[in-house]
Amino acid sequence: MNVTLNHYLVVSVLLFCLGLFGVLARRNVLVIYMSLELMLNAANLALVAFSRFNNNLNGQVMVFFIITVAAAEVAVGLSLIVALYRKRQTAHVEDLTSLKL
Amino acid sequence: MPEFTDLLFFVFAGLTLLFGFLCVANPLSRNPVTSAMFLVLTIISMAGLFVLLHAFFLAAVQILVYAGAVMVVFLFVIMLLDLKEEARRKLNRVALTAGVLAVSGLAAILVRAVTAARPAALALKAGPLAEGDTAPLGRILFQSYLLPFEILSILLLVAMVGVILLSKKDLR
Repeated sequence: MNVTLNHYLVVSVLLFCLGLFGVLARRNVLVIYMSLELMLNAANLALVAFSRFNNNLNGQVMVFFIITVAAAEVAVGLSLIVALYRKRQTAHVEDLTSLKL
Repeated sequence: MPEFTDLLFFVFAGLTLLFGFLCVANPLSRNPVTSAMFLVLTIISMAGLFVLLHAFFLAAVQILVYAGAVMVVFLFVIMLLDLKEEARRKLNRVALTAGVLAVSGLAAILVRAVTAARPAALALKAGPLAEGDTAPLGRILFQSYLLPFEILSILLLVAMVGVILLSKKDLR
């Protein structure tokens, strides 16, 4: 059996779903953020697989950009989490309900 | 007869999914540091998949930027915030069941959609293979994607300034 685009896409889908599950099930802001990174990586894997199987490098350039933006996003997000922790002394989403009606 | 690279695909894909699972839902430990370490392992196995897809430069970038820089920042923040109390919290059973149901439903739909594709669309396109080496990637990056590249450098600058502003002590 040859490994086709399908195999890579299924791995990507499963990885994305794992990340989504982490976002839904975990209650620690940092772990939720890590699960988001996992979802981003799953999308990257799909893009690289498409790039390979369509014989076109544009997908890889896209992944390159995504990785760069993700690095910037992680820095900003984590500094937001640190600022939040300074104000509220918690990193637990169930304690962050001040916007709840 | 399966080729060696196909075998490697299954090894790396299995490792990626296993470590990813242990990252988000480790049954033994709910410590964020454990999650971060398994995320590093997930990213490294994914770099193996990138190598199998001939995206050599991206595999290196993945390890350098994600497993190196991003995870170090994560670990720094975990170290700064004292998160010991997190492990003691009770899990919300209803939310967990709903999450499992929703996510497995989404996974079923997506996998079904992927496997329903025409087989002809999945084969490797003919022609000279595009290798993800630094030279072709650099050529395409600095010719077709020059403007997004420059915008990206401004974005990094903006992010840097923003982070410095956000981490000031008296945030107004």
